[in-house]
Amino acid sequence: MVDRKRRRPAATGPGDQAVGRHKPPSDIDDDPSVIVVEDIVIDLRNRPLAAFLAWLIPGGGHAYQRRYTKAATFAVCILSAWIFGFCLGGQHVAYASWQPGDKRWHYGLQLGAGAVALPALVQGRRMNQYTNPATGRTARNYRPLWGGFMAPPHRPVSEAQADEVAAWYAVKGAGYEMGTWYTVIAGMLNILVIYDAYGGPLSTSISGRRRGNDDEDDAAADPENADPEDRSGNDASVKPAIADDTPDKDRPTDAAVTSGANP
Amino acid sequence: MITIGPTYLLYFLPLLVAISVVFGFTRHEDPQAMIGHALATARWIVGFMLAIFALMALLHWFS
Repeated sequence: MVDRKRRRPAATGPGDQAVGRHKPPSDIDDDPSVIVVEDIVIDLRNRPLAAFLAWLIPGGGHAYQRRYTKAATFAVCILSAWIFGFCLGGQHVAYASWQPGDKRWHYGLQLGAGAVALPALVQGRRMNQYTNPATGRTARNYRPLWGGFMAPPHRPVSEAQADEVAAWYAVKGAGYEMGTWYTVIAGMLNILVIYDAYGGPLSTSISGRRRGNDDEDDAAADPENADPEDRSGNDASVKPAIADDTPDKDRPTDAAVTSGANP
Repeated sequence: MITIGPTYLLYFLPLLVAISVVFGFTRHEDPQAMIGHALATARWIVGFMLAIFALMALLHWFS
């Protein structure tokens, strides 16, 4: 496996610009999918596709970008949390339902983990087909697919009477709640992963602009209110992606260069 | 004082690891920075929970 993530060498002179790179500087400068974070060059490739893959399979977007360490880490963390929670709740904590008395809003967040939650949509659709809209009651001949895996409870569901959800709670107790939160949190964590696949690490502005440039713009627009210690437009907390002695022609464009500042 | 079994607290550990690692790894690209941020996040979460625990223990003590 070839990890395309590599250190961007510190530039000591015009002749050192291409040292250690897989792409020549001009390619990095011109390619908006290539960013530099913490002196590391990252090729985000097709960003929307990476984001979609990151949603579909946690870590999938990073694997597509050949950021394999992150891909494996995210896959293990998020999928294990989701599956552990799902099993903890008796395999009933993830289902798609938006009926009176059973508006399962948790599923919207559980769906953040991607394909692992998609069977619930199929089961939810099947349940809707077998639900009488007038009475809100499930037909007697309803049989869920796959042995009821991620199937919604039989309807109606109401807090005023015993129903299938109450039975799930009775069997699993606190495990049902715990499993719900595990899956919800795993889905939400994957949203961060999707962002990382689309725009790079969260310390990076999604516009790809370097913070130092924003300060320069602010100072230029309103020199009276500019920070007196920062008239030069340089932000000491932001590590420039390349050394200051880099010739202008070799500087990456704003879209390609990002800072390594911590949030 | 604790109305659930102490073993339930163990369920917090996998979440702590998952959240800390994802937080740290989505904010950096440098491995050392990622691990450092993950450890800092874990420390912050544990500290926050301990603070809440201490507050509730105090309330319980004076109630």
